[in-house]
Amino acid sequence: MTTAKINFGRRSFIKSSALAGGGLMIGFNWFASLNAQAAEVVKLPNEWFEITGYLKIGENGAITIMSPNPEIGQNIKTSMPMIVAEELDVDWKNVLVEQAPLNTAIFNRQLAGGSDSIKQSWPGLRLAGATGRKMLKEAAAKKWNVPVAEITTELGILYHQKSGKKAGYGEMASAAAQIPVPKEVELKDLKDFKIIGTSRKNVDGQKIVTGQPLFGLDYKKEGMLIAMIVHPPAFGMKLKSFDATDAKAKPGIKDVFRIKIYNDDYKPQWCDTTSFTELVAIVGNSTWEVMSARDYLKVEWEPFADHKIAMAGWGGDQLVSVPAGLESTADHHAKMTAAAAQPGKIERRDGNPEEAFKNAAKVIERTYTAPFLAHTPMEPMNFFADVTADNAKLVGPIQSPESMEKTLSARLGLPLEKIDIQMTRMGGGFGRRLYGHFMVEVALISQKMKAPVKLIYSREDEITFGIYRPAYHAFYRAALDAKNNLTAFHVRMGGIPENALHANRFPAGAIDNYLAESWAIESNISVGAMRAPGSNFNAVAEQSFLDEVAEAIGKDPIQFRLDLLKRAKENPVGKRNDYDAARYAGVLELVREKSGWDKNSAGKNRGVAAYFCHSSYVANVVDLTVEKNTPIIQKVYAAVDCGIVVNPDAAINMTEGGIVDGIGQAMYGQLTLSKGQPDQDNFDSYRLIRHAEAPKEIEVHFVQNEINPTGLGEPPYPPVMGALANALYKATGTRYYHQPFVKNKFE
Amino acid sequence: MAIFNLKINKKEYKVDVDPSTPMLWVLRDHLNLVGTKFGCGIAQCGACTIHLNGEAVRSCITFISEVGVKEITTIEGLSENGDHPLQMAWIEHDVPQCGYCQSGQIMTAAALLKKNPHPSDTDIEEAMNGNICRCGTYTRIKKAIKTASHS
Repeated sequence: MTTAKINFGRRSFIKSSALAGGGLMIGFNWFASLNAQAAEVVKLPNEWFEITGYLKIGENGAITIMSPNPEIGQNIKTSMPMIVAEELDVDWKNVLVEQAPLNTAIFNRQLAGGSDSIKQSWPGLRLAGATGRKMLKEAAAKKWNVPVAEITTELGILYHQKSGKKAGYGEMASAAAQIPVPKEVELKDLKDFKIIGTSRKNVDGQKIVTGQPLFGLDYKKEGMLIAMIVHPPAFGMKLKSFDATDAKAKPGIKDVFRIKIYNDDYKPQWCDTTSFTELVAIVGNSTWEVMSARDYLKVEWEPFADHKIAMAGWGGDQLVSVPAGLESTADHHAKMTAAAAQPGKIERRDGNPEEAFKNAAKVIERTYTAPFLAHTPMEPMNFFADVTADNAKLVGPIQSPESMEKTLSARLGLPLEKIDIQMTRMGGGFGRRLYGHFMVEVALISQKMKAPVKLIYSREDEITFGIYRPAYHAFYRAALDAKNNLTAFHVRMGGIPENALHANRFPAGAIDNYLAESWAIESNISVGAMRAPGSNFNAVAEQSFLDEVAEAIGKDPIQFRLDLLKRAKENPVGKRNDYDAARYAGVLELVREKSGWDKNSAGKNRGVAAYFCHSSYVANVVDLTVEKNTPIIQKVYAAVDCGIVVNPDAAINMTEGGIVDGIGQAMYGQLTLSKGQPDQDNFDSYRLIRHAEAPKEIEVHFVQNEINPTGLGEPPYPPVMGALANALYKATGTRYYHQPFVKNKFE
Repeated sequence: MAIFNLKINKKEYKVDVDPSTPMLWVLRDHLNLVGTKFGCGIAQCGACTIHLNGEAVRSCITFISEVGVKEITTIEGLSENGDHPLQMAWIEHDVPQCGYCQSGQIMTAAALLKKNPHPSDTDIEEAMNGNICRCGTYTRIKKAIKTASHS
């Protein structure tokens, strides 16, 4: 048992309950769920007693655990409460889960991003459970008049062995609610875990499969209006004027007006990214009426001039240049090729790479590219707002509620405490919902209409709105000496308008002479974080290149990587290496064993890759065949090191999803532009992976250790793209340098 | 606007909407049946799949004026107690990640099993290819359909 200090109390729980509709009533409370197995077991109590901001316990022993972070499909609405329940020491079947609203007084970092929900919240969630347990023990000790140290718990029951007394948590809940929040609590030993490390079903599973309201798009309020926006058709354009005469005459239409997202003196934060700061809003009674009438709007657009935006950055204000012009993919390619031919900004230099390349017996040079990508979560952007002169209530899917509350406060002129944000289950996000311009849009529309409003984007609105994964370019060189030793490694990475370079990641640290350079080209195409930013290109380019280098050297591709990692572990080059070489090697060794790489590879088109990002390590082996000029992914093996696995089956699900997504993006994903206008705007032109294209089988293995857990939203996504490229080479004899692969080879 | 009488999930409904309104928005906006999801609006993703006389159709391109006397089933009416073999198999395999596409996936799978109670892997891939899951739960969807087909 370890002792830990507490830093939270019971403050402002009222705020959190108010939005969720008061006490917890399943069936009425939108944000409450119960796990599928519990449906017939948990009886709702007559009264809930709030123990802490995380916990309510009913007189009958039912437990409500608040899940603080936004649920985007990463399943933290199940795994976060599992961690609390573990330390509270209760039977999971008595647990109800409720999505917490944004409440910075109780919860820390209510953000879905960076695969950090579990990693960052692990200590806090354990404390939350242990605190409740301690308060219940103290209440029992007081009532039974015995020392608190003599009280034990098991599965929601308090025991005093000496006197033979026992009581359920529910019986002590009322008294525990009066106990001051303790300053120190004891945490369980890992060996005593009963819930963490066991597979528990998604708490929203039953609601999902029966179509109950869960998502932002499902949210309704009496008197609610529906709004849509019209944004410029091309990057580089802005709103000039509009004529709404015809649209306003259509049935059900209430108003059409211009909205300006930010005030002139506002310095946008990181989450305020948008290419389109002035929009036309159309508001009406129902979705179809608004969608239909929107076609009758006559809007004029005009090119904008070069300008700069002062952004409020983490390291102080930053001036971001936005060039004028209507950009096209063909021009982008020409610019990237030209930029890559010049030296970039040196980000890391070890040894003497120039000398090593000069003296090399052989130099391997390769170039890799990847296009812009749209996030395309299945639930289109939407949000609900009810803004009055005094306060604003917002409900919907958002990954970054805490930051967006600040943006809304600035734009609406309301203090933070007058803004309530409730997060709904998100129909995906992949980073797109970190950028909450739609919350500002709907708040302004509600303010103008003096009514509750739900804003809905069409799929076309979403795909053509920007905030894309950047377009990337990478140029790699490797120097080999006469004995085929790798003597130098050089990467020059660029992109529009950002590059993907992680200069201190593997193979940095494993090679004496190393050079990493970067460059970027300004653009008016807005970009943002998409699942595993940077890594989602880095992994495929670097892991394809290493495969080719291993082949040139004549080494097995896994052994080649392990030899480099051995060097990085035993005698690392440089001090700023951002990875743990032993854990990196661990996933490669595990995937080698589980895939039967050494014994079972004959006659198979196999590719391997490994990558580390967002604190977790993943290695993949992909087996594929090519039939009728179409690659069929027969099997993917994954070896994962994310520390302690909280909910194993859900972790496998996340890993499978990352693999399918990675294969889909590498094979099919691309967003191209012609004169500033996206060439794709819906799923008929923007290709996502479909059922028949998914791997026939996926096998996931975890490294077993006792390291504090790290995330899985992003890490399983990048490496499979490299393994896929390497397996395609085995099948076809051709290397795949440019994404999407299907465009280049399989059309 | 016009009055339409609809039979949805064995219940009678009356709505007054424009005849060009897709069933998707009739269900979601006017009848408060929001299990049927909006994903693309052009019949490319399958999130809005419902049954029209037992056939899987995309409600985003099915206008209310086309429905006539045909019986509609939505995810809310697939079973009375949420215990259709597919719904139970979906829970058993813990299929959903974000969950948004899953009602459409289940409705397409239910129409498949009605016609073909024991589909092969290829049958499943062909039938389910119109339903996109952006989270990539396809392997679990296939397993759940096979489990349901054996029940």
